[in-house]
Amino acid sequence: MNSNDGFPVSRRGVIAGGVATATLTGTPVGAQVAAPQQTPPTTMPVTLKVNGRNTLIEVDTRTTLLDALRETMKLTGTKKGCDHGQCGACTVIVEGRRINSCLTLAVMHEGDSITTIEGLGTPEKLHAMQAAFVKHDGYQCGYCTPGQICSAVATLNEIKEGIPSHATGDIAAKPKVTTAELQERMSGNICRCGAYSNIIDAIHDVAGTERMA
Amino acid sequence: MKAFTFERAKTASAAAAAAVRTPGAKFIAGGTNLLDLMKLQIETPQHLIDVNGLDLDTIAPTSDGGLRIGALVRNTDLAADARVRKDYGVLSRALVSGASGQLRNKATTAGNLLQRTRCPYFYDTTKPCNKRQPGSGCAAIGGFNRNLAVMGTSDACIATHPSDMAVAMRVLDATVETVNSAGQTRAIPIADFHRLPGTTPHIETALAPGELITAVTLPKPIGGTHIYQKVRDRASYAFALVSVAAVVQPDGRGRLAFGGLAHKPWRVEAAEAQLPKGAKATAAAVLAGARTTSQNAFKLPLIERTIHAVLEEAKA
Repeated sequence: MNSNDGFPVSRRGVIAGGVATATLTGTPVGAQVAAPQQTPPTTMPVTLKVNGRNTLIEVDTRTTLLDALRETMKLTGTKKGCDHGQCGACTVIVEGRRINSCLTLAVMHEGDSITTIEGLGTPEKLHAMQAAFVKHDGYQCGYCTPGQICSAVATLNEIKEGIPSHATGDIAAKPKVTTAELQERMSGNICRCGAYSNIIDAIHDVAGTERMA
Repeated sequence: MKAFTFERAKTASAAAAAAVRTPGAKFIAGGTNLLDLMKLQIETPQHLIDVNGLDLDTIAPTSDGGLRIGALVRNTDLAADARVRKDYGVLSRALVSGASGQLRNKATTAGNLLQRTRCPYFYDTTKPCNKRQPGSGCAAIGGFNRNLAVMGTSDACIATHPSDMAVAMRVLDATVETVNSAGQTRAIPIADFHRLPGTTPHIETALAPGELITAVTLPKPIGGTHIYQKVRDRASYAFALVSVAAVVQPDGRGRLAFGGLAHKPWRVEAAEAQLPKGAKATAAAVLAGARTTSQNAFKLPLIERTIHAVLEEAKA
Protein backbone atom coordinates (compact mmCIF):
# COMPACT_ATOMS: atom_id res chain seq x y z
CA MET A 1 0.00 0.00 0.00
CA ASN A 2 1.43 3.30 -1.05
CA SER A 3 1.19 5.53 2.00
CA ASN A 4 1.52 8.88 0.21
CA ASP A 5 -1.78 8.79 -1.69
CA GLY A 6 -3.65 10.57 1.09
CA PHE A 7 -6.02 7.68 1.86
CA PRO A 8 -5.87 5.32 4.83
CA VAL A 9 -5.78 1.64 3.88
CA SER A 10 -9.07 0.91 2.18
CA ARG A 11 -10.75 -1.55 -0.12
CA ARG A 12 -9.63 0.70 -2.97
CA GLY A 13 -5.96 0.44 -1.91
CA VAL A 14 -6.07 -3.31 -1.44
CA ILE A 15 -7.59 -3.80 -4.90
CA ALA A 16 -5.11 -1.43 -6.56
CA GLY A 17 -2.20 -3.13 -4.77
CA GLY A 18 -3.40 -6.52 -5.93
CA VAL A 19 -3.48 -5.41 -9.54
CA ALA A 20 0.02 -3.95 -9.31
CA THR A 21 1.35 -7.25 -7.94
CA ALA A 22 -0.22 -9.21 -10.77
CA THR A 23 1.34 -6.86 -13.33
CA LEU A 24 4.80 -7.23 -11.80
CA THR A 25 4.54 -11.01 -11.80
CA GLY A 26 3.65 -10.96 -15.49
CA THR A 27 6.72 -8.93 -16.55
CA PRO A 28 9.95 -10.87 -17.15
CA VAL A 29 12.81 -9.48 -15.11
CA GLY A 30 15.04 -7.22 -17.19
CA ALA A 31 12.57 -7.04 -20.09
CA GLN A 32 13.05 -3.96 -22.23
CA VAL A 33 9.77 -2.14 -22.70
CA ALA A 34 9.95 0.36 -25.55
CA ALA A 35 8.59 3.70 -24.35
CA PRO A 36 6.05 5.02 -26.86
CA GLN A 37 6.79 8.43 -28.37
CA GLN A 38 4.62 10.81 -26.40
CA THR A 39 4.21 14.51 -25.89
CA PRO A 40 5.34 15.26 -22.34
CA PRO A 41 2.41 15.81 -20.01
CA THR A 42 1.30 19.42 -19.83
CA THR A 43 0.32 20.60 -16.38
CA MET A 44 -1.31 23.81 -15.23
CA PRO A 45 -2.25 25.33 -11.89
CA VAL A 46 -5.94 25.98 -11.26
CA THR A 47 -7.79 27.31 -8.23
CA LEU A 48 -11.17 25.75 -7.53
CA LYS A 49 -13.50 26.92 -4.78
CA VAL A 50 -14.79 23.53 -3.68
CA ASN A 51 -17.45 23.45 -0.98
CA GLY A 52 -16.52 26.98 0.07
CA ARG A 53 -12.74 26.45 0.25
CA ASN A 54 -10.31 27.83 -2.31
CA THR A 55 -7.92 25.09 -3.32
CA LEU A 56 -4.95 25.49 -5.65
CA ILE A 57 -4.07 22.32 -7.52
CA GLU A 58 -1.63 21.50 -10.31
CA VAL A 59 -3.17 19.17 -12.87
CA ASP A 60 -2.46 17.64 -16.26
CA THR A 61 -4.53 19.66 -18.75
CA ARG A 62 -6.43 16.45 -19.58
CA THR A 63 -7.76 16.10 -16.03
CA THR A 64 -11.54 16.29 -15.94
CA LEU A 65 -13.21 18.16 -13.11
CA LEU A 66 -14.39 14.73 -11.92
CA ASP A 67 -10.86 13.33 -11.72
CA ALA A 68 -9.57 16.52 -10.07
CA LEU A 69 -12.24 16.17 -7.37
CA ARG A 70 -11.75 12.45 -6.83
CA GLU A 71 -8.08 11.81 -7.51
CA THR A 72 -6.39 15.13 -6.73
CA MET A 73 -8.63 16.48 -3.96
CA LYS A 74 -9.70 13.07 -2.62
CA LEU A 75 -13.39 14.03 -2.62
CA THR A 76 -14.61 10.60 -3.65
CA GLY A 77 -18.28 11.23 -2.91
CA THR A 78 -18.71 12.24 -6.56
CA LYS A 79 -18.82 9.04 -8.59
CA LYS A 80 -17.49 8.01 -11.98
CA GLY A 81 -20.07 5.96 -13.85
CA CYS A 82 -19.85 6.04 -17.63
CA ASP A 83 -17.32 8.91 -17.89
CA HIS A 84 -19.18 10.04 -21.06
CA GLY A 85 -22.00 12.25 -19.73
CA GLN A 86 -24.63 9.59 -20.14
CA CYS A 87 -25.30 8.39 -16.58
CA GLY A 88 -25.17 11.48 -14.32
CA ALA A 89 -23.27 9.78 -11.46
CA CYS A 90 -20.65 12.57 -11.64
CA THR A 91 -23.17 15.43 -11.29
CA VAL A 92 -21.89 18.38 -9.24
CA ILE A 93 -23.11 21.96 -8.92
CA VAL A 94 -20.81 24.55 -10.54
CA GLU A 95 -21.63 28.25 -10.18
CA GLY A 96 -25.14 27.25 -9.11
CA ARG A 97 -25.81 24.92 -12.05
CA ARG A 98 -25.62 21.11 -12.14
CA ILE A 99 -23.23 19.72 -14.74
CA ASN A 100 -21.55 16.41 -15.62
CA SER A 101 -18.11 16.79 -14.04
CA CYS A 102 -16.75 14.08 -16.35
CA LEU A 103 -17.34 16.23 -19.45
CA THR A 104 -15.43 19.32 -18.41
CA LEU A 105 -11.76 19.98 -17.74
CA ALA A 106 -10.55 21.17 -14.35
CA VAL A 107 -8.54 23.94 -16.07
CA MET A 108 -11.78 25.33 -17.54
CA HIS A 109 -12.99 26.19 -14.02
CA GLU A 110 -10.45 28.69 -12.67
CA GLY A 111 -12.07 30.43 -9.68
CA ASP A 112 -15.41 28.60 -10.03
CA SER A 113 -17.52 27.67 -6.99
CA ILE A 114 -18.17 23.95 -6.95
CA THR A 115 -20.52 22.09 -4.62
CA THR A 116 -20.12 18.33 -4.31
CA ILE A 117 -22.14 15.91 -2.19
CA GLU A 118 -19.58 16.52 0.61
CA GLY A 119 -20.52 20.20 0.56
CA LEU A 120 -24.29 19.68 0.71
CA GLY A 121 -24.38 17.95 4.08
CA THR A 122 -22.47 15.82 6.55
CA PRO A 123 -23.43 12.53 8.25
CA GLU A 124 -24.23 14.57 11.37
CA LYS A 125 -26.12 17.30 9.58
CA LEU A 126 -27.75 15.98 6.41
CA HIS A 127 -29.01 18.28 3.69
CA ALA A 128 -32.81 18.11 3.44
CA MET A 129 -32.50 16.21 0.15
CA GLN A 130 -30.13 13.66 1.70
CA ALA A 131 -32.52 13.15 4.60
CA ALA A 132 -35.43 12.74 2.18
CA PHE A 133 -33.53 10.12 0.16
CA VAL A 134 -32.97 8.17 3.41
CA LYS A 135 -36.60 8.57 4.47
CA HIS A 136 -38.01 7.46 1.10
CA ASP A 137 -35.39 4.78 0.40
CA GLY A 138 -34.27 6.61 -2.75
CA TYR A 139 -31.43 4.21 -3.52
CA GLN A 140 -30.38 0.61 -3.35
CA CYS A 141 -26.65 0.18 -4.07
CA GLY A 142 -26.05 3.92 -3.58
CA TYR A 143 -23.56 4.44 -6.39
CA CYS A 144 -25.69 6.93 -8.36
CA THR A 145 -26.97 8.62 -5.20
CA PRO A 146 -24.50 11.54 -4.83
CA GLY A 147 -25.20 12.51 -8.45
CA GLN A 148 -28.95 12.02 -7.97
CA ILE A 149 -28.95 14.25 -4.87
CA CYS A 150 -26.87 17.04 -6.46
CA SER A 151 -29.10 16.86 -9.52
CA ALA A 152 -32.28 16.90 -7.42
CA VAL A 153 -31.17 19.95 -5.41
CA ALA A 154 -30.31 21.81 -8.61
CA THR A 155 -33.53 20.67 -10.30
CA LEU A 156 -35.70 22.31 -7.65
CA ASN A 157 -33.66 25.51 -8.04
CA GLU A 158 -34.11 25.39 -11.82
CA ILE A 159 -37.89 25.13 -11.43
CA LYS A 160 -37.79 28.00 -8.91
CA GLU A 161 -35.80 30.09 -11.42
CA GLY A 162 -38.51 29.44 -14.01
CA ILE A 163 -36.36 27.39 -16.40
CA PRO A 164 -38.72 25.38 -18.65
CA SER A 165 -38.43 21.68 -19.49
CA HIS A 166 -39.79 19.31 -22.12
CA ALA A 167 -42.60 18.49 -19.66
CA THR A 168 -43.68 22.13 -19.30
CA GLY A 169 -47.12 22.46 -20.93
CA ASP A 170 -47.05 26.18 -21.69
CA ILE A 171 -43.44 26.99 -22.54
CA ALA A 172 -43.98 30.69 -21.75
CA ALA A 173 -45.47 30.01 -18.29
CA LYS A 174 -43.62 29.48 -15.02
CA PRO A 175 -43.06 25.75 -14.47
CA LYS A 176 -44.41 23.97 -11.37
CA VAL A 177 -43.07 21.07 -9.32
CA THR A 178 -45.08 18.19 -10.79
CA THR A 179 -44.20 14.51 -11.04
CA ALA A 180 -43.92 14.80 -14.82
CA GLU A 181 -41.56 17.78 -14.47
CA LEU A 182 -39.34 15.95 -11.97
CA GLN A 183 -39.22 12.77 -14.06
CA GLU A 184 -38.24 14.73 -17.17
CA ARG A 185 -35.69 16.92 -15.40
CA MET A 186 -34.01 13.97 -13.65
CA SER A 187 -33.65 11.92 -16.87
CA GLY A 188 -29.91 12.62 -17.00
CA ASN A 189 -29.39 10.56 -13.84
CA ILE A 190 -29.55 6.82 -14.41
CA CYS A 191 -30.24 4.44 -11.50
CA ARG A 192 -29.41 0.86 -12.41
CA CYS A 193 -31.19 -0.42 -9.29
CA GLY A 194 -34.37 1.35 -10.39
CA ALA A 195 -35.05 3.54 -7.34
CA TYR A 196 -36.65 6.19 -9.56
CA SER A 197 -40.07 6.11 -7.95
CA ASN A 198 -38.68 6.65 -4.46
CA ILE A 199 -36.31 9.35 -5.73
CA ILE A 200 -39.30 11.26 -7.10
CA ASP A 201 -41.05 10.85 -3.71
CA ALA A 202 -37.97 12.24 -1.94
CA ILE A 203 -37.82 15.30 -4.22
CA HIS A 204 -41.55 15.95 -3.80
CA ASP A 205 -41.04 15.75 -0.04
CA VAL A 206 -38.34 18.43 -0.09
CA ALA A 207 -40.39 20.63 -2.43
CA GLY A 208 -43.48 20.21 -0.24
CA THR A 209 -45.49 18.94 -3.19
CA GLU A 210 -47.53 15.79 -3.80
CA ARG A 211 -46.92 13.00 -6.30
CA MET A 212 -49.33 13.08 -9.22
CA ALA A 213 -50.24 10.22 -11.54
CA MET B 1 -7.01 11.34 -24.10
CA LYS B 2 -3.92 12.59 -25.99
CA ALA B 3 -1.87 15.31 -24.29
CA PHE B 4 -2.55 18.91 -25.31
CA THR B 5 -1.56 22.41 -24.35
CA PHE B 6 -4.21 24.83 -23.14
CA GLU B 7 -4.77 28.57 -23.28
CA ARG B 8 -7.57 30.92 -22.28
CA ALA B 9 -8.51 33.36 -25.05
CA LYS B 10 -9.01 37.05 -24.24
CA THR B 11 -10.80 38.25 -27.40
CA ALA B 12 -12.67 36.52 -30.21
CA SER B 13 -10.23 37.58 -32.93
CA ALA B 14 -7.24 36.63 -30.73
CA ALA B 15 -8.84 33.20 -30.29
CA ALA B 16 -9.24 32.87 -34.07
CA ALA B 17 -5.62 34.00 -34.60
CA ALA B 18 -4.36 31.46 -32.05
CA ALA B 19 -6.33 28.73 -33.82
CA VAL B 20 -4.70 29.53 -37.16
CA ARG B 21 -1.21 29.93 -35.63
CA THR B 22 -1.18 26.72 -33.55
CA PRO B 23 -1.09 23.34 -35.32
CA GLY B 24 -3.89 20.97 -34.27
CA ALA B 25 -5.72 23.65 -32.29
CA LYS B 26 -9.42 23.55 -31.43
CA PHE B 27 -11.75 25.89 -29.59
CA ILE B 28 -13.45 24.58 -26.47
CA ALA B 29 -16.58 26.12 -24.94
CA GLY B 30 -19.04 23.75 -23.21
CA GLY B 31 -16.88 20.80 -24.19
CA THR B 32 -19.67 18.26 -23.68
CA ASN B 33 -19.21 16.77 -27.16
CA LEU B 34 -15.53 17.56 -27.81
CA LEU B 35 -14.23 16.05 -24.56
CA ASP B 36 -16.31 12.92 -25.10
CA LEU B 37 -14.73 12.54 -28.55
CA MET B 38 -11.26 13.28 -27.15
CA LYS B 39 -11.63 10.49 -24.59
CA LEU B 40 -12.34 8.12 -27.47
CA GLN B 41 -9.46 9.63 -29.50
CA ILE B 42 -11.85 10.47 -32.32
CA GLU B 43 -10.74 14.08 -31.78
CA THR B 44 -7.05 14.51 -30.91
CA PRO B 45 -6.32 18.25 -30.69
CA GLN B 46 -2.77 19.22 -29.71
CA HIS B 47 -3.91 22.56 -28.34
CA LEU B 48 -7.18 23.77 -26.82
CA ILE B 49 -8.28 27.40 -26.88
CA ASP B 50 -10.76 27.97 -24.07
CA VAL B 51 -13.22 30.62 -25.29
CA ASN B 52 -15.40 30.61 -22.16
CA GLY B 53 -13.92 33.91 -20.97
CA LEU B 54 -15.06 35.81 -24.09
CA ASP B 55 -17.86 38.29 -23.72
CA LEU B 56 -20.27 36.32 -25.91
CA ASP B 57 -22.85 35.14 -23.40
CA THR B 58 -25.68 37.63 -23.73
CA ILE B 59 -28.93 37.77 -25.69
CA ALA B 60 -29.73 41.23 -27.05
CA PRO B 61 -32.32 42.75 -29.39
CA THR B 62 -31.14 43.60 -32.93
CA SER B 63 -31.95 46.86 -34.72
CA ASP B 64 -34.43 45.09 -37.03
CA GLY B 65 -36.52 43.63 -34.21
CA GLY B 66 -34.80 40.27 -33.92
CA LEU B 67 -32.50 38.73 -31.31
CA ARG B 68 -28.74 38.32 -31.27
CA ILE B 69 -27.74 35.25 -29.25
CA GLY B 70 -24.11 35.19 -28.11
CA ALA B 71 -22.17 32.08 -29.11
CA LEU B 72 -21.57 31.19 -25.45
CA VAL B 73 -25.20 31.45 -24.29
CA ARG B 74 -25.87 28.11 -22.62
CA ASN B 75 -28.70 25.96 -23.98
CA THR B 76 -30.54 26.28 -20.63
CA ASP B 77 -30.35 30.08 -20.67
CA LEU B 78 -31.46 30.31 -24.30
CA ALA B 79 -34.43 28.00 -23.67
CA ALA B 80 -35.37 30.00 -20.56
CA ASP B 81 -35.09 33.49 -22.07
CA ALA B 82 -38.49 35.19 -21.82
CA ARG B 83 -38.22 36.72 -25.32
CA VAL B 84 -37.36 33.35 -26.86
CA ARG B 85 -40.22 31.61 -25.03
CA LYS B 86 -42.68 34.27 -26.14
CA ASP B 87 -41.66 34.92 -29.76
CA TYR B 88 -39.54 31.92 -30.80
CA GLY B 89 -41.24 29.10 -28.88
CA VAL B 90 -40.10 26.48 -31.38
CA LEU B 91 -36.48 27.21 -30.38
CA SER B 92 -37.18 26.91 -26.67
CA ARG B 93 -39.12 23.68 -27.27
CA ALA B 94 -36.34 22.20 -29.42
CA LEU B 95 -33.69 23.01 -26.81
CA VAL B 96 -35.53 21.42 -23.90
CA SER B 97 -36.21 18.29 -25.95
CA GLY B 98 -32.47 17.72 -26.32
CA ALA B 99 -29.88 16.13 -24.01
CA SER B 100 -30.24 16.31 -20.20
CA GLY B 101 -30.49 19.16 -17.71
CA GLN B 102 -26.80 18.78 -16.86
CA LEU B 103 -25.70 18.92 -20.51
CA ARG B 104 -27.96 21.87 -21.38
CA ASN B 105 -26.39 23.80 -18.49
CA LYS B 106 -22.97 23.46 -20.12
CA ALA B 107 -23.61 23.21 -23.86
CA THR B 108 -23.42 26.47 -25.79
CA THR B 109 -25.32 27.87 -28.77
CA ALA B 110 -22.32 27.69 -31.11
CA GLY B 111 -21.18 24.32 -29.79
CA ASN B 112 -24.63 22.88 -30.34
CA LEU B 113 -24.41 23.82 -34.04
CA LEU B 114 -20.93 22.27 -34.27
CA GLN B 115 -21.62 18.99 -32.50
CA ARG B 116 -20.67 15.86 -34.43
CA THR B 117 -22.92 13.05 -35.59
CA ARG B 118 -23.84 10.19 -33.25
CA CYS B 119 -23.54 7.63 -36.08
CA PRO B 120 -22.30 4.48 -34.26
CA TYR B 121 -19.57 3.91 -36.85
CA PHE B 122 -18.18 7.43 -36.37
CA TYR B 123 -17.74 6.45 -32.71
CA ASP B 124 -16.33 2.96 -33.38
CA THR B 125 -12.65 3.49 -34.16
CA THR B 126 -12.26 -0.13 -35.27
CA LYS B 127 -14.58 0.47 -38.25
CA PRO B 128 -14.17 2.49 -41.44
CA CYS B 129 -15.74 5.95 -41.43
CA ASN B 130 -15.17 8.59 -44.10
CA LYS B 131 -16.06 11.32 -41.65
CA ARG B 132 -13.57 10.22 -39.00
CA GLN B 133 -10.90 8.99 -41.43
CA PRO B 134 -11.41 10.36 -44.95
CA GLY B 135 -11.18 7.68 -47.64
CA SER B 136 -11.56 4.74 -45.26
CA GLY B 137 -15.12 3.89 -46.36
CA CYS B 138 -18.52 3.88 -44.70
CA ALA B 139 -19.45 1.00 -42.43
CA ALA B 140 -22.92 2.45 -41.85
CA ILE B 141 -24.04 1.81 -45.44
CA GLY B 142 -24.90 -1.88 -45.20
CA GLY B 143 -24.40 -1.80 -41.42
CA PHE B 144 -26.65 -0.89 -38.52
CA ASN B 145 -28.27 2.23 -39.94
CA ARG B 146 -31.77 2.34 -38.48
CA ASN B 147 -31.30 5.89 -37.20
CA LEU B 148 -29.30 7.29 -40.10
CA ALA B 149 -30.11 9.70 -42.92
CA VAL B 150 -32.62 9.28 -45.73
CA MET B 151 -32.23 12.70 -47.43
CA GLY B 152 -29.18 14.27 -49.05
CA THR B 153 -26.99 11.22 -48.44
CA SER B 154 -24.00 10.18 -50.55
CA ASP B 155 -22.12 6.96 -51.21
CA ALA B 156 -19.54 8.22 -48.72
CA CYS B 157 -21.76 8.98 -45.71
CA ILE B 158 -25.31 8.58 -44.39
CA ALA B 159 -24.76 10.26 -41.00
CA THR B 160 -27.36 12.62 -39.51
CA HIS B 161 -26.81 15.91 -37.73
CA PRO B 162 -27.90 15.26 -34.13
CA SER B 163 -28.99 18.75 -33.03
CA ASP B 164 -32.55 19.71 -32.13
CA MET B 165 -31.66 23.38 -31.66
CA ALA B 166 -30.29 23.66 -35.21
CA VAL B 167 -33.59 22.40 -36.66
CA ALA B 168 -35.44 25.20 -34.90
CA MET B 169 -32.78 27.72 -36.03
CA ARG B 170 -33.36 26.52 -39.60
CA VAL B 171 -37.13 27.00 -39.45
CA LEU B 172 -36.56 30.49 -38.00
CA ASP B 173 -34.05 31.44 -40.76
CA ALA B 174 -31.28 32.22 -38.28
CA THR B 175 -27.90 33.64 -39.31
CA VAL B 176 -24.52 32.53 -37.95
CA GLU B 177 -22.05 35.36 -37.28
CA THR B 178 -18.33 34.65 -37.26
CA VAL B 179 -14.93 36.31 -36.94
CA ASN B 180 -11.65 35.14 -38.46
CA SER B 181 -8.02 35.55 -37.45
CA ALA B 182 -7.77 38.89 -39.32
CA GLY B 183 -10.72 40.20 -37.31
CA GLN B 184 -13.05 40.09 -40.35
CA THR B 185 -16.65 39.20 -39.61
CA ARG B 186 -19.22 37.52 -41.81
CA ALA B 187 -22.83 36.34 -41.57
CA ILE B 188 -23.73 32.88 -42.85
CA PRO B 189 -27.42 31.96 -43.37
CA ILE B 190 -28.18 28.81 -41.38
CA ALA B 191 -29.29 27.12 -44.62
CA ASP B 192 -25.70 27.39 -45.91
CA PHE B 193 -23.94 26.73 -42.62
CA HIS B 194 -24.10 22.92 -42.54
CA ARG B 195 -23.02 20.96 -45.62
CA LEU B 196 -24.27 17.76 -47.20
CA PRO B 197 -21.72 14.91 -47.06
CA GLY B 198 -20.97 14.51 -50.78
CA THR B 199 -17.45 13.10 -51.16
CA THR B 200 -16.09 15.08 -48.18
CA PRO B 201 -18.24 14.16 -45.17
CA HIS B 202 -15.41 15.23 -42.82
CA ILE B 203 -16.06 18.87 -43.85
CA GLU B 204 -19.30 19.59 -42.05
CA THR B 205 -19.75 23.36 -42.06
CA ALA B 206 -18.97 26.47 -44.07
CA LEU B 207 -16.47 27.64 -41.45
CA ALA B 208 -12.89 28.29 -42.60
CA PRO B 209 -10.01 27.01 -40.43
CA GLY B 210 -9.78 29.14 -37.29
CA GLU B 211 -13.07 30.95 -37.96
CA LEU B 212 -14.97 31.42 -34.69
CA ILE B 213 -18.74 31.70 -34.26
CA THR B 214 -19.56 34.82 -32.24
CA ALA B 215 -23.37 34.83 -32.36
CA VAL B 216 -26.51 33.46 -33.94
CA THR B 217 -29.12 36.04 -34.89
CA LEU B 218 -32.84 35.52 -35.28
CA PRO B 219 -34.91 37.72 -37.61
CA LYS B 220 -37.88 39.57 -36.16
CA PRO B 221 -40.67 37.29 -34.86
CA ILE B 222 -43.07 35.85 -37.45
CA GLY B 223 -45.91 34.97 -35.08
CA GLY B 224 -47.87 31.74 -35.63
CA THR B 225 -48.06 28.59 -33.55
CA HIS B 226 -44.63 27.21 -32.63
CA ILE B 227 -44.28 23.44 -32.33
CA TYR B 228 -41.31 21.09 -31.98
CA GLN B 229 -42.35 17.47 -32.26
CA LYS B 230 -39.58 14.97 -31.55
CA VAL B 231 -40.05 11.23 -32.02
CA ARG B 232 -37.54 9.04 -30.21
CA ASP B 233 -37.06 5.58 -28.74
CA ARG B 234 -37.57 6.76 -25.15
CA ALA B 235 -39.49 9.66 -23.65
CA SER B 236 -36.48 11.72 -22.56
CA TYR B 237 -32.73 12.06 -23.07
CA ALA B 238 -32.51 10.42 -26.50
CA PHE B 239 -31.65 11.62 -29.99
CA ALA B 240 -34.45 12.01 -32.51
CA LEU B 241 -35.54 9.30 -34.89
CA VAL B 242 -37.23 12.19 -36.66
CA SER B 243 -38.25 15.63 -35.50
CA VAL B 244 -40.38 18.41 -36.96
CA ALA B 245 -39.93 22.09 -36.13
CA ALA B 246 -42.99 24.02 -37.24
CA VAL B 247 -44.33 27.54 -37.30
CA VAL B 248 -47.93 27.40 -38.52
CA GLN B 249 -49.96 30.54 -39.25
CA PRO B 250 -53.71 30.82 -38.58
CA ASP B 251 -54.46 30.61 -42.34
CA GLY B 252 -52.73 27.22 -42.56
CA ARG B 253 -49.54 28.46 -44.20
CA GLY B 254 -46.32 27.76 -42.42
CA ARG B 255 -42.74 26.57 -42.28
CA LEU B 256 -41.32 23.15 -41.47
CA ALA B 257 -37.79 21.93 -40.78
CA PHE B 258 -36.77 18.39 -39.96
CA GLY B 259 -34.25 16.62 -37.75
CA GLY B 260 -33.08 13.02 -38.02
CA LEU B 261 -33.39 13.02 -41.81
CA ALA B 262 -30.10 14.37 -43.10
CA HIS B 263 -26.52 15.52 -42.57
CA LYS B 264 -27.96 18.97 -41.84
CA PRO B 265 -31.24 20.38 -40.57
CA TRP B 266 -33.56 19.57 -43.48
CA ARG B 267 -35.94 22.09 -44.98
CA VAL B 268 -37.63 22.17 -48.37
CA GLU B 269 -39.18 25.63 -48.72
CA ALA B 270 -41.04 24.64 -51.93
CA ALA B 271 -42.82 21.85 -50.06
CA GLU B 272 -44.31 24.33 -47.59
CA ALA B 273 -46.81 25.43 -50.27
CA GLN B 274 -48.40 21.97 -49.83
CA LEU B 275 -49.16 22.56 -46.13
CA PRO B 276 -52.81 23.62 -46.61
CA LYS B 277 -53.36 20.32 -48.51
CA GLY B 278 -52.27 18.31 -45.46
CA ALA B 279 -49.56 15.97 -44.25
CA LYS B 280 -49.58 13.49 -47.14
CA ALA B 281 -48.96 16.09 -49.85
CA THR B 282 -46.43 17.95 -47.69
CA ALA B 283 -44.47 14.82 -46.77
CA ALA B 284 -44.37 13.68 -50.41
CA ALA B 285 -42.85 17.03 -51.42
CA VAL B 286 -40.37 17.07 -48.52
CA LEU B 287 -39.22 13.49 -49.09
CA ALA B 288 -38.81 13.58 -52.88
CA GLY B 289 -35.52 11.90 -53.72
CA ALA B 290 -35.26 9.99 -50.44
CA ARG B 291 -32.74 7.14 -50.33
CA THR B 292 -33.57 4.62 -47.64
CA THR B 293 -32.14 1.36 -46.34
CA SER B 294 -34.15 -1.64 -45.18
CA GLN B 295 -33.67 -0.42 -41.61
CA ASN B 296 -34.48 3.29 -41.89
CA ALA B 297 -37.28 3.30 -44.50
CA PHE B 298 -39.72 3.65 -41.58
CA LYS B 299 -38.69 7.30 -41.34
CA LEU B 300 -40.72 8.21 -44.45
CA PRO B 301 -44.17 7.22 -43.11
CA LEU B 302 -43.08 8.45 -39.67
CA ILE B 303 -42.41 11.93 -41.09
CA GLU B 304 -45.85 12.03 -42.72
CA ARG B 305 -47.51 11.03 -39.44
CA THR B 306 -45.44 13.51 -37.43
CA ILE B 307 -46.39 16.33 -39.82
CA HIS B 308 -50.02 15.23 -39.39
CA ALA B 309 -49.64 15.38 -35.59
CA VAL B 310 -48.07 18.84 -35.85
CA LEU B 311 -50.87 20.18 -38.07
CA GLU B 312 -53.49 18.77 -35.68
CA GLU B 313 -51.73 20.39 -32.73
CA ALA B 314 -51.59 23.70 -34.61
CA LYS B 315 -55.38 23.59 -35.16
CA ALA B 316 -56.11 22.74 -31.52
